[in-house]
Amino acid sequence: MHEMSLTQGIVDICLQHSGGQRITTVVIEIGTLSGVVPEAVEFCFSACSSDTLAESARLEIRRLEAQGRCLDCSTLQPVERLYDPCRHCGSYALEILSGEEMRVVEIEVDD
Amino acid sequence: MCTTCGCGPHSDHHHDHEHIHDHEHIHEHEHTHGDQSHSHPHPHSHDHDHGDQHHHHDHLHDDAQPHQHSHDEAHRSKKITIEEDILAKNNRLASFNRALFKEKGILVLNLVSSPGSGKTTLLERTLRDLSGKYRCAVIEGDQQTDNDARRIAATGVPVKQINTGAGCHLDAHMVMHATEAFDLDQLDILFIENVGNLVCPAAFDLGEAHKVVVLSVTEGEDKPLKYPQMFHNSGLMLLNKVDLLPHLTFDVPQCKEYAGRVSHDLAILEVSATSGQGLDGWYGWLERELGR
Repeated sequence: MHEMSLTQGIVDICLQHSGGQRITTVVIEIGTLSGVVPEAVEFCFSACSSDTLAESARLEIRRLEAQGRCLDCSTLQPVERLYDPCRHCGSYALEILSGEEMRVVEIEVDD
Repeated sequence: MCTTCGCGPHSDHHHDHEHIHDHEHIHEHEHTHGDQSHSHPHPHSHDHDHGDQHHHHDHLHDDAQPHQHSHDEAHRSKKITIEEDILAKNNRLASFNRALFKEKGILVLNLVSSPGSGKTTLLERTLRDLSGKYRCAVIEGDQQTDNDARRIAATGVPVKQINTGAGCHLDAHMVMHATEAFDLDQLDILFIENVGNLVCPAAFDLGEAHKVVVLSVTEGEDKPLKYPQMFHNSGLMLLNKVDLLPHLTFDVPQCKEYAGRVSHDLAILEVSATSGQGLDGWYGWLERELGR
């Protein structure tokens, strides 16, 4: 379950930016094609944040829908799965433009 | 603490190899060189020095709007914008590895598959067949045991075992330290055999030129659809154990079609590490990649 190491990365990033303050909220973005299961991140977050300034912080996960472009007909379109064909021409030659992101957006800390 | 990458004490790594210090590289902390007198450029990328990028949004909702709070005491909080990739640290170290491999002219391949696809057997055969032609080395990734490393060592090729313990994948940091076991100036190809797992290793760039996904015909032909991330991120698929096809119902064209859906430009080669079938195509692919 690589969500554990990813979540450890989330907590590390938050702690680096918290200025030593207690973290109350963590907002992250996860693309639908990132291969990451949000529920697994939620599960890991309490373990990874335990005994840190992020302990008991609220974790807000924003899902980012994936976008792709057909390399044959150039149609821009949402992509739900990596093996979906182009909605316009049926080609599988879709270039993924977004949706693979995993990002810590912001945190909220005690002031 | 390791001053090159900021990691904690390792029992099995050190930083006195010149390859760490003789070229431009990216790392997170400045490091000191003791009595080394040479100088070198450092295009640093500090992952925790973003103070000037923070946008502070003070929430003055304690005095102005006390009625919105159920807290007994006034509460002030502050938003800090971060916008940092969760894999930023791994990606930086992977970039470091990639720059190092490029400078040394080494083709580095990250072999990924489910457990039991025949990666180690394929490597053993490849290393024996290519001995005398290319100078190879292998990094072996497994949760436990050095069984595979001992098999590789029997071919006479330098090998470094990484045991990930409970970890399900190799990361760029582990690979960075594992390469210290080799004289990189004496290598043409470095094979990294990842932990047998078609899910987790897909997310972690190690600095390789390509991921090579090995799928054996004793598995289902729909593996590319079940684990699309891995096949999408790979540059070559080796369909292994094809000598067993007469005994199986595995549908090769269907499997290739599925793989093409996930990655339309994925190169696919049918091979058998046991019979040697198709290995010339694999060696030809390696030769072309070395020439790039």
